Parts: sequence; structure tokens; C-alpha cells
Amino acid sequence: MTEDVISAEGLTKVFNKSLVAVDHVNFYVTEGEIFGFLGPNGAGKTTTINMLITILKPTEGTASVCGYDIVKQASMVRNVIGVVPQEYTADEDLTGYENIILCADLYGIPREVSKKRAFELLELVELTAFKDKKVETYSGGMRRRLELACGLINRPRVLFLDEPTLGLDVQTRAATWNYIKLLKKEFGMTLFMTTHYLEEADALCDRIAIIDYGKIVVVGSPGDLKNALGGDIITLSIQEDADISGLVEKIDNVKEVRKQNGMYWIKAENGEITAPIVIEVLRRKGYAVTRLSLTKPTLDEVYLDYTGRSLRDVEESKESFRAHRRTLRRSRRR
Amino acid sequence: MSRNNGSKNPFHGFWALTNRELKKWYKEPFILFISIVQPVIWMGLFGKAMNINAMFTNNPNIPPEFANQIMRQTFGTSDYFSYMAVGILSFVSLFTTMFSGMSIVWDRRLGFLNKVLSTPVARSSIVLSKVMSATIRSLIQASIVLGIAFLFGLQTGPSFTPLNILGVFAATFLICIGLSSIFLLIGIRSTRWETQMAVMNLLNLPLMFTSNSLFPISTMPDWLQIIAKVNPLTYTSDAVRQLLLYETDVAQLLFDFTYLGIFAAVFASIGIVLSWKYLSK
Ligand SMILES: Nc1ncnc2c1ncn2[C@@H]1O[C@H](COP(=O)(O)OP(=O)(O)OP(=O)(O)O)[C@@H](O)[C@H]1O
Ligand SMILES: [Mg+2]
Repeated sequence: MTEDVISAEGLTKVFNKSLVAVDHVNFYVTEGEIFGFLGPNGAGKTTTINMLITILKPTEGTASVCGYDIVKQASMVRNVIGVVPQEYTADEDLTGYENIILCADLYGIPREVSKKRAFELLELVELTAFKDKKVETYSGGMRRRLELACGLINRPRVLFLDEPTLGLDVQTRAATWNYIKLLKKEFGMTLFMTTHYLEEADALCDRIAIIDYGKIVVVGSPGDLKNALGGDIITLSIQEDADISGLVEKIDNVKEVRKQNGMYWIKAENGEITAPIVIEVLRRKGYAVTRLSLTKPTLDEVYLDYTGRSLRDVEESKESFRAHRRTLRRSRRR
Repeated sequence: MSRNNGSKNPFHGFWALTNRELKKWYKEPFILFISIVQPVIWMGLFGKAMNINAMFTNNPNIPPEFANQIMRQTFGTSDYFSYMAVGILSFVSLFTTMFSGMSIVWDRRLGFLNKVLSTPVARSSIVLSKVMSATIRSLIQASIVLGIAFLFGLQTGPSFTPLNILGVFAATFLICIGLSSIFLLIGIRSTRWETQMAVMNLLNLPLMFTSNSLFPISTMPDWLQIIAKVNPLTYTSDAVRQLLLYETDVAQLLFDFTYLGIFAAVFASIGIVLSWKYLSK
């Protein structure tokens, strides 16, 4: 067995004998890291999670979680993981507190222990004041926090988060990120999360895998992936009507120069250092820079680079569309 | 922080899930009220409005002692309301257990089922907790309806002792276990509650009318008798009538209970086996 907390080899899921939702993916997650699956709707993120949390059987390939095989030792896996699903799954007719206790009971945690933990977790996700309110009165952010608390009741070694901020507004999303960071610090666990928000992967993950059409396109830390793009983009224009491409290309750190509609598009490493040098070199040759802007690559560009498109909206299956809409609708209710 | 989750009790999850279902019900007195009112209305409509006794007793051409005899020969008791009220207990079991099939479809649709499946709770507990909660609900509703039937003038038979009520519970228990297992099996793979609803609507009245719940089998055409003799509701109603209304035929009563016991055991077992197979895909 490997020492990795999660490792997947050739993991594959085919639905209805023809739809390849997850296509021979290989990856590993090490102890204590936050690993993210980044991909558009229908890429196969949830399907991958569902196999890892043992509620879907892989069509092909294997994976292990904490050293336990997800098929042969499914019940061992279930004991060491926590799950925060994409949908809101709390029972709306019960209160927040009752939901947490219900989760605890499903793990067979004795009542003395579960009560204490429930109060701690409610405090942590700041739901103590609402613990005796029915979940149907909760807002989207509160529901998400309740799901987080439920996912942590058994002190999991690995927490699976499926699109933890889907449908939340910007502030609530940022707050949720803070909870996730806090929880990780508090419990020191390994996190496997999926998202289709690039900022989210950037803000939270130590390493990400970009997944599209069921295949992993690239794996790496957000920083590495951005660097792999080959640096920052400097765009500038000069007063004179001359071609300076050859001149700029010779400067250290500059990788590529293109002239587009009278502007120069320069790809360079360490843009903030290179840009002043470019200005200086041009000034010495008697050219006056009139405008300059510097952009750092974001995961957007990484994404675009690897998938050839920005986050697309594929046609989803009816079922996943319905689930999506339900989650969105509920998260908007305040 | 400690990861120790303490000692484990395998029934924990089962009772927690059962209690979850029951909570939804006892916390909403309105639902309980409706589920009692419906059978009581039926009891009133069929038992009192369709005054079958009166067809004979108010008939000037039939002497009163004959009238009673005709009633006894057909229904085994001289009071149609009493006969029918017992049938309504089957009706309560049937309608309550039908909703256990609905609830598993909802759990799947709302993602709750997926969450439960990712916990170590036994797969069979998931199905059995639904069976158990539907059964407990039916038992409570049936006892309330039975109490109301007594108030409306249910006439007990010569063999009746208060202890027989326990037998009534036992018969209701068995039929509910079997029926709710069947409805769960229908719902176990489905994600559309519309389908489940359609199946329920298709099954409920035929199941009622192809049993002896409202009318005795002996007056049915042959082909219908065959169906009625397979229908487990027939044996529930008969067992309850043996206990409450008739001069108890012990052999027949034993047969009723055996039939119901086998029915419950077979379908509950199928439910457990299929829950291993079908709950996860
Ligand atoms: N139970 C199922 N039966 C059939 N097809 C399915 C099922 N679940 C998912 N799919 C299909 O598998 C593909 C991958 O779905 P999945 O839910 O894993 O995507 P995702 O990356 O989680 O997308 P999203 O961002 O929308 O959550 C989709 O094309 C989807 O329609
Ligand atoms: Mg998903």
C-alpha cells in the first residue's frame, strides 16, 4: 500500500455503458494537503468523489483512501472520511442540532461524545444561535456551514468537499473559504475538494488537477501551473511608428513579442522587474513608451491554455441539472 | 484532537434513521390528523352510509331472524359496520406503508440517501429503518382508528377478550413489514416520485378490493377469489375478525398468521438483499 492518503489508478466510471464520466484518471493526495479538482460542469468531478466515498462502484481501475481499497474495504473507508456533498442534504424538517446528531448516530458515535462534539462544531461554524431552528429556515451559507459541521462529526482523516461554495454570493463564499481553512487548521486533516471557481482553487488548494471530459489534463500547484504558462504579460505602445520587436526580444526574461493593433504584447518572466528594463532599453534607443500595463496570469489563463476554452457550460444530464437547480434555488433563499 | 469515535453500536444508525422518519410525523400533528381522518371517513361512508344490515332487517318480506342469519352467513357477523371497520385497519396499513416507498425516492432525490450511504451505517439498516418507521406509524394509527371504531359501535364477538387486541397488533405488524418492504423495493432504484406515485395509485384500490377487507370472498366471482386468496390483506382482515368479531376458529387463525409471517419474512429478506445490491450503483 502507498503512503498517500488517496491514490487512484486508472479510475474509470462509465454510465449506461456509453457515457464515460471519468476516464482512467491517476492521481495521489498526500497527508495534510488540500487537493482540488477543477473543471467545468459535467467534467466528472462529482462522479470521482462518489467513487472515492464508496457510493459509486468504479467501472474500471482502483483507488485507495487511507490505505483502504474503496471497493474491497468500503466500510473501512467510510469510517475515516467525512463528506460535504454538492447538494444540501440536511433534513429540512429537522433542526440543525438534530441533523448533526443524526449524522453522529450514523457513525455509531455514543451520545455523550456526539453531544459534546455537536456543540463544539456548532460553535465553530457559528450556528449555535440557530441550532434549534429547522433547517428549512436556513440561508444558503448557513446550510453550507451545517453540512461542514456534519462532515466533521466523526473527526475524519480525509474530508471530501464537493463544490463547497456553489451558489453562494461572493462574501459568503469568502467566509466559507475561511471556515474551510480554519477547520483544516483545527483538525489537521487532508482535504479533497472540487470546484469550478478558479479563484477558489487558487485561494485554497495546495495542488490542483484540471479535469475535463473525465480526463485529468494537468496536475500541479496553482503557482507552478501559472509559471508554466511562461510568465506575465506586458502590453505597451510607443509614440514612434517603428517596429521594436527585435529590440525587445533581446532583453533577458522576455520570451515572446507580438505586435497587435499597434500595441506590443510581450510575454516575460518576472514582469514587475522586466517592465522597467524594457522602458529603459527603449528610452536609450530614443523611443518613448506612452502606455504600459502588466498582467499576472491567473488560473483562468491556465485553464484556457489546457482546455482550449474558458469554463464551458456543457449540456448536463437532466438529473444533475435538476439537482443543480435545486441547490442554487435553496442557496439563494435567505 | 482525538479521532477516536468511541464504542460502536450497530443499532445506533438503525434507530437514528427510524426516529428521523417518526419525528417528521409526530412533530406535525396535522399529518397525523389527516392520516386518521381519511380512514375514519371511509369507515363512516362505507360502514354507516352503506347500511347493508338495513337492506335485510328493514325488508318487510324477510323475517328479522332470517335477516340476521343472512348477515351472519355472508359476513360472519350480524353487523356490517363491524365487518367493515376491521377492513379499514388493512386500509390504514396499506396507505401508510405506501409512503415508505415515496420517502426513499425523496431521500435519493434530495441527496440525503447519498450522505447516508457514505457513512458506515449498514445498508440493510437504511431499508429496515423505513420498514420499521412505517410499521410503527401504522400500528399507532390503526390503534387510534380501532378506538374510534369502538366508539362508533363496533360489536365484538363471543370469543373476544382484551388480550386479543395484542393479536390484532401482531397481524397489523406483520402485514406492515411485508407491505412496506414491497413498496420500498419498488422505490429503491427510482429517482422519480411521479413513477412511485403512479404505481401507488395503480395498486392501492385494487389491493383493497381484491381482498376480503370490504366484502367477503365467498360472494366474488371465481377468478377474483383466486386473487383474493393470494392477497395478504385478506389474511390480515380475517385474522383480525377472528380475534374481534367471530367465534375464533383457531386453525384458521393459525393459518392466517403463518401466511402473514411468511409474507413479511420473504419480502423483508428480499428488501435486505436488494439493498446491498441496489442502494449504490
Ligand atoms: N447517475 C448518473 N447516470 C448517468 N449519467 C451520469 C450520472 N451521474 C453523472 N452522470 C454524467 O456523468 C458526467 C459527469 O458528471 P459529474 O456529476 O461527475 O460532473 P461534475 O464535474 O460534478 O459537474 P458539476 O460541476 O455540474 O457538478 C455528466 O455528463 C453527467 O451527465
Ligand atoms: Mg458535481
